[in-house]
Amino acid sequence: LSATPEIPKEDGRPKWDNKFQYILSCIGFAVGLGNVWRFPYLCQIHGGGAFLIPYFIALLFEGIPLLHLELALGQCLRKGSIGAWNTISPYLGGVGVGSWVVSVLVSLYYNTVLTWVMWYFINSFQEPLPWSVCPLNENRTGFNEECYESTAVNYFWYRKTLNITPDIAESGTLQWWLILCLATCWAIVYLCTIRGIETTGKAIYVTAIFPYLVLTIFLIQGLTLPGATDGLIYLFTPNLNTLKNPRVWLDAATQIFFSLSLAFGGLIAFASYNPTKNDCEKDAVTVAIVNSMTSLYASIPVFSVLGFKATTAYWDCLDRNIISIINEFDLPEESIMRQNYTSWISFLNSSYPEKIAGLKLKSCNLQEFLDQSVSGTGLAFIVFTQAIILMPGSQAWAILFFIMLFSLGLSSMFGNIEGVFTPLLELQIIPKSAPKELLSGIICLISFLIALCFTLRSGSYWIDIFDRYAGSVPLLVIAFFEVIGVAYIYKIKRFSKDVEWMTGRKLNLYWHITWRFISPLLLLIVFMAFVTLQMQKPQSYTAWNPKYKGFPMKEEKVYPPWVQAICVLLAALPCVCVPLVALFHLVKQKRRSKDPRFVPPEVFTCQGANS
Amino acid sequence: MLRALLLTLSVVAIAHAELCKPDAQNAFKVRISIKTALGDNAYAWDANEEYLFKAMVAFAMRRYSSKSTTQISNVLLCNVTDRVSFWFVVTDSSKNVTTVPGSEVEAAIRMNRNRINSAFLLNDKTLQFLKITSTLSPPIEPSTPVWLIVFGVVLCLIVAGIVFLVVSGIQKRKKKNKESTERENSEEKAEVTLENGIPCEALDLKAGHINGVFAAEDERFTSL
Repeated sequence: LSATPEIPKEDGRPKWDNKFQYILSCIGFAVGLGNVWRFPYLCQIHGGGAFLIPYFIALLFEGIPLLHLELALGQCLRKGSIGAWNTISPYLGGVGVGSWVVSVLVSLYYNTVLTWVMWYFINSFQEPLPWSVCPLNENRTGFNEECYESTAVNYFWYRKTLNITPDIAESGTLQWWLILCLATCWAIVYLCTIRGIETTGKAIYVTAIFPYLVLTIFLIQGLTLPGATDGLIYLFTPNLNTLKNPRVWLDAATQIFFSLSLAFGGLIAFASYNPTKNDCEKDAVTVAIVNSMTSLYASIPVFSVLGFKATTAYWDCLDRNIISIINEFDLPEESIMRQNYTSWISFLNSSYPEKIAGLKLKSCNLQEFLDQSVSGTGLAFIVFTQAIILMPGSQAWAILFFIMLFSLGLSSMFGNIEGVFTPLLELQIIPKSAPKELLSGIICLISFLIALCFTLRSGSYWIDIFDRYAGSVPLLVIAFFEVIGVAYIYKIKRFSKDVEWMTGRKLNLYWHITWRFISPLLLLIVFMAFVTLQMQKPQSYTAWNPKYKGFPMKEEKVYPPWVQAICVLLAALPCVCVPLVALFHLVKQKRRSKDPRFVPPEVFTCQGANS
Repeated sequence: MLRALLLTLSVVAIAHAELCKPDAQNAFKVRISIKTALGDNAYAWDANEEYLFKAMVAFAMRRYSSKSTTQISNVLLCNVTDRVSFWFVVTDSSKNVTTVPGSEVEAAIRMNRNRINSAFLLNDKTLQFLKITSTLSPPIEPSTPVWLIVFGVVLCLIVAGIVFLVVSGIQKRKKKNKESTERENSEEKAEVTLENGIPCEALDLKAGHINGVFAAEDERFTSL
């Protein structure tokens, strides 16, 4: 009798339709809104092209090793984050629970950002765009005051969309239009994740590929705009002096970390649906490189458009000054053009200095306009929307832009929801006979109800808090324990044997060194530096207050104590899971070891799961 | 005779000069930006255009007060600059050497702003009456906000998708349940009748109990 070939046991676990779906899902999870609105900003403020040096060093020593670790873990153990870490060691089960809690918190607020994107999207079908004109005041003699003092774009964002309160303590009421959009967003998420990877696998083809198409279109359009080259030169001109600032290195490390969506548990869940004999090493390197290339690729259209916007603002400034001068001196039209403005100004200043001083002309400086750097929601909803008004055919550009942002965010949401869904499915919260659709429905419904608090008037302040505290420090802690857990508790020797079995070749020295020493050390340093920097600054936020003296500048306020307590809770809750579960298991172990019937569990190996 | 005529003419001229000058009482400054409005199709501002302007102001005054006493000669223009900007004032022919109150002129211009603008192919921004504010036109508000319509379309599509997926999931599950119960039934039947893959009825044949090969060759073997 010949030996029967090793048929992998059919464990009824869903699997990817093909490898491409899996890679695309990981890329979609990693490539998100941060690639478009955080990376270009960091490049700009940290010396342009010079920022790429710490960025790629961080990618090499932190990003790729951690990514490979998570993918290999999920693929080997074939379980979601909670189950996987319980299998590695019950004392480390808390790492999985912590990942799960972070995924829940991030899903809640991330979908609210998509709600704003959806609101702008459905408002893009009007002519003229609602954020391009100020509404009139009550007696129709002028424009609405708040709008007139700031800009129409600011007004639409702060008043018409958020209806923001001047202080985080004033919650205000729920905004019904945001509730509608929030319900729609959660319905879309439910539609796509209804049966787990069966449905997200199909949806990802659209949501992961579409943004690249739109980015290319924007690239071509952006490069044809006047002033685009100024923006690009400004972005990429390297200023190597900035590398002396440790802040730059910290930002690079944290950007790589959060950009790759590590420590959420979503990557472990994705990899767990793979066949075990799959080259996870190549996958990890591919995903990381594609993510970084996307960041670079996205910064080109972003900066072309920002350069265009700065140039237009500069020209507007000049034009306004020219009109004032022409009106004051009754010179014929088009006598002063932008080109001869400076010569005229010097001539007039020498002949009529008092008149010129009386005009109160603003000094127009292109560099100043280029220096106005924004990141995050400000970039998308204020700066970019303003630039879109200036482009011909603005409705089409607005629609394209917001669909792209929505796809980027949605594919990241798939990963977040998978990080929540898979462990719950394995813990068998609902009976096995109940359909999967029920569990995903319950998750989406509960998340929608909790996320309603972000549709309050003070909602955007709370989203900033969640972003700063729940989506930053806990991830660093969890990732640190992940690496330590695999390298020193599961032991690298075992893990390298498992990875060898999966990929079919010996583990490179690079992985040994990074997993054992460099990555944990780097994570520890980043964590300490991050926490120290956060501690140094007082916990403050900027509020939009029309009654503020310096309006339209935002008012700097300090968080009230109860809000600060919530911040600490958000950051500590996932981290505290790790020691709590370890303690809980220690107590259980002590009690169980007194039981004579107790048999210690078998030592787990990756190959053992399938033979 | 001639001297009297010259004297009256000079008095009138001086009076006019007194009435129309920058910042005079009841005088308004007008600023026109033809090149900004029309670009290449810009016309030059000359005496004919000034005549048209006087005619439009007289027209506005006539329409407003509905007494046809204002003549083109009642409208005085002065200090025309290259910008193009000038001051104008409307005199009252019934009273000697006085100007019509500024409020009346303002109201008249306001009422007929549109007509005046279109006569010159300009708009409120390019034909500015510096002390007269224009009433801003309200933005066009459709009865249903456009965003609600788009929102409705998007929501309908999504709900349709969810219903389709849920229903197809339920149908798949029903089919799987039916299939699995059918298979169970057929397996049970098979358990009764199958043994080593051969139905038991066939084994009942005599041929199964006695091995024909050995039975036939019985004589070959020596008896014990």
